[in-house]
Amino acid sequence: MAGGMLIIGAGECGGRAALALRDLDYQGPVTLVGDEPHLPYERPPLSKEAMASDAPEIKAIASDAILAEKSIRHVHSVQAVAIDRAAHTVRLSDGSVLPYDKLLLATGSTPRKLPMPGLGPRCVYLRTFADALAIRAHLTPGNRIAIIGGGFIGLELAAAARKLGAAVTVIEAQPRILMRGVPAAIAEIIHEAHVAEGVDVLCGDGIASIADDGNEVRTTLAGGREISADLAIIGIGAVPVTGLAAEAGLTIDNGIAVDAELRSSDPDIFVAGDCCSFPLAVYGGRRVRLEAWRNAQEQGALAARNMLGAGEAHAAVPWFWSDQYGLSLQIAGLSDEGKNIVRRDLGDGAFILFHLAEDGRLVAASGIGPGNAVARDIRLAEMLIAKRAKPAPEALGSQDVKLKSLLAA
Amino acid sequence: MSDWVEACATGDIDEEDVMRFDHGGRTFAIYRSPDDEFFATDGLCTHEKVHLADGLVMDDIIECPKHNGRFNYKTGDARGAPVCINLKTYPVKVDAGKVLIQIG
Ligand SMILES: Cc1cc2nc3c(=O)[nH]c(=O)nc-3n(C[C@H](O)[C@H](O)[C@H](O)COP(=O)(O)OP(=O)(O)OC[C@H]3O[C@@H](n4cnc5c(N)ncnc54)[C@H](O)[C@@H]3O)c2cc1C
Ligand code: FES
Repeated sequence: MAGGMLIIGAGECGGRAALALRDLDYQGPVTLVGDEPHLPYERPPLSKEAMASDAPEIKAIASDAILAEKSIRHVHSVQAVAIDRAAHTVRLSDGSVLPYDKLLLATGSTPRKLPMPGLGPRCVYLRTFADALAIRAHLTPGNRIAIIGGGFIGLELAAAARKLGAAVTVIEAQPRILMRGVPAAIAEIIHEAHVAEGVDVLCGDGIASIADDGNEVRTTLAGGREISADLAIIGIGAVPVTGLAAEAGLTIDNGIAVDAELRSSDPDIFVAGDCCSFPLAVYGGRRVRLEAWRNAQEQGALAARNMLGAGEAHAAVPWFWSDQYGLSLQIAGLSDEGKNIVRRDLGDGAFILFHLAEDGRLVAASGIGPGNAVARDIRLAEMLIAKRAKPAPEALGSQDVKLKSLLAA
Repeated sequence: MSDWVEACATGDIDEEDVMRFDHGGRTFAIYRSPDDEFFATDGLCTHEKVHLADGLVMDDIIECPKHNGRFNYKTGDARGAPVCINLKTYPVKVDAGKVLIQIG
C-alpha cells in the first residue's frame, strides 16, 4: 500500500476528494497534483462577486494549514504528463514519478476555443483565477467589452462588467441566449434584465469575422453589423480535459467514460467532475457529462468513498445555479427530458417551471427570481425528481399546495 | 447576563420550518423542529453570508438556499461541503406563546 491515493487536478473535485479521503479516516498517503499555482479554489465567484471587487481574492477550498493538518500533500504548478497503468505510476512535467494504489482523474474542463482566424491578445477566455485577474483589469468605466456567447459565464461577466461601468455587447449566434438547458420563458427574463441594465444583446446573427490588431477587436456579424471592443471575452462552452486519460488508453465518450461508481475502463482509475461522462440513474442510465459545481463536489466525495471500496452508485440529481444582477436562477434535473411544463408563481416575479415527462414523472424544475426566492422549492423539486414522483400538475401549479406535502405522499 | 429578546409568536413558524429575525442590526434564524421545539442560530450562512431563513428545514438540518451547505440548527455543526465553519447558536425559551432568544 505504498502508493496510496493520487489525485490529478487540484480543482473543486480533486480538492473535495482529498478532504473526503481523510474524513473517511484513510490513513495512507494522499497526494493532490495540480498545474495551477494556487490552493484548490472555487471557480463560480470568478464570473460573479470576485470580479466586482477592486482586488479579487481567491476563495480557497482548503487552506495550507488544513492540508498540512490532514497530511494531504499538495504538489502545485506541475502537470501530470503520462500514466503508466501497468506500473501504477504517474509522471509529472518536472520529471518526478509518483506511485499510486488508486488514481483519481479530476482534470476538469477547459473553454471551447472559437475556431476562427483573426483572434489575438485581446481575445480571452475565462476558466482560472489568472484569467479572471486579466479580465478584471479591463472592466473599467467606458471600456468596451464584447462577450461572444450568451451562455452563463458570458452573461454573468456581462453583469459584472456593467456593475463596473463598462460598455457591454453580448453576441449570440443562436436565436436567443441560454439555448442549452434553459427554458425560453426564463431566458427571456434574463435577457430583459441585461437590456434594462444597458447591455446590448445581439441574438441570431453569427460571426463572419474577427480582427484583433492588438489595440482593439473588430467583430463583424453575418448580417453586416460591426462591433468594436477593447476586449472580447469568448464564452462558448467548455470541453473536458481528457488528453492524459486518452493517451493511457482509457475509454473516452464525451469525457472520460466511467461507470455508476465513477470507475474508468481501468478498475484502479476513478474519474470525477467536469472531465467525466457517467450514467445518470434518475434518467435510466442516460450518459451525461455535467459542468456544475455541486456535481464536482459530490462526485469528488463519491469517488473518495469508492476508492476505499464502498461500491456506491451515483444517485444525485443534477443541480445548477447562476447569479446575474439581483436575479438568481436554479435548475434541478435535465429539462430536455420533459414534454410538458407547469408554472408555479411564487410572488415578487419569482416562478418555477416544472418539467414533466410524458408519463407524468417530474424530471426537472427551472426557477428564477430575486435573491433566493426559488431555492426552497427547487430543492424540494429535486427531492421529488430523485423519488421519481409523479405529482399532480394542479398541485405543482398552485401556490397553496406546499411542495413538502407532495414529498410525503 | 444578557437579555432575552422576543423573536416571534410560536404560531408564526410552522413545524419543520424557519423564520428570519432581525434585531439590533443583527440577523438571526429561528427554527421550529418537527417535534415542536424552538431553536435559534445566526441568520447568515458561514459560506457566503446568505440568509438561511430562505433555506429548507429537514429534520434537524437547515440547508442553505444558495449552495446547499448544511448545518444542524440544534448544535450549529457544519455538515458538509461547501460549509466548514459552524453556526453560532443561541438559547431559546417559550413563554406564554412567545419565542424568546438570549442574544449574547
Ligand atoms: C467562471 C466560472 C463560473 C462558474 N459558475 C458556476 C455556477 O454558478 N454554478 C455552477 O454550478 N457551476 C459553475 N461553474 C462550474 C464549476 O466551477 C465547475 O463545474 C467545477 O469547477 C468543476 O470542478 P472540477 O474539479 O471537475 O474541474 P476544475 O475546477 O476545472 O479543476 C480541474 C483542475 O485540474 C487541473 N488539471 C487539468 N489537467 C491537469 C494535469 N494533467 N495535471 C495537473 N493538473 C491538471 C486544471 O488546471 C484545474 O485546476 C463555473 C465555472 C467557471 C469557470
Ligand atoms: S452561501 Fe451557504 S452554502 Fe454557500
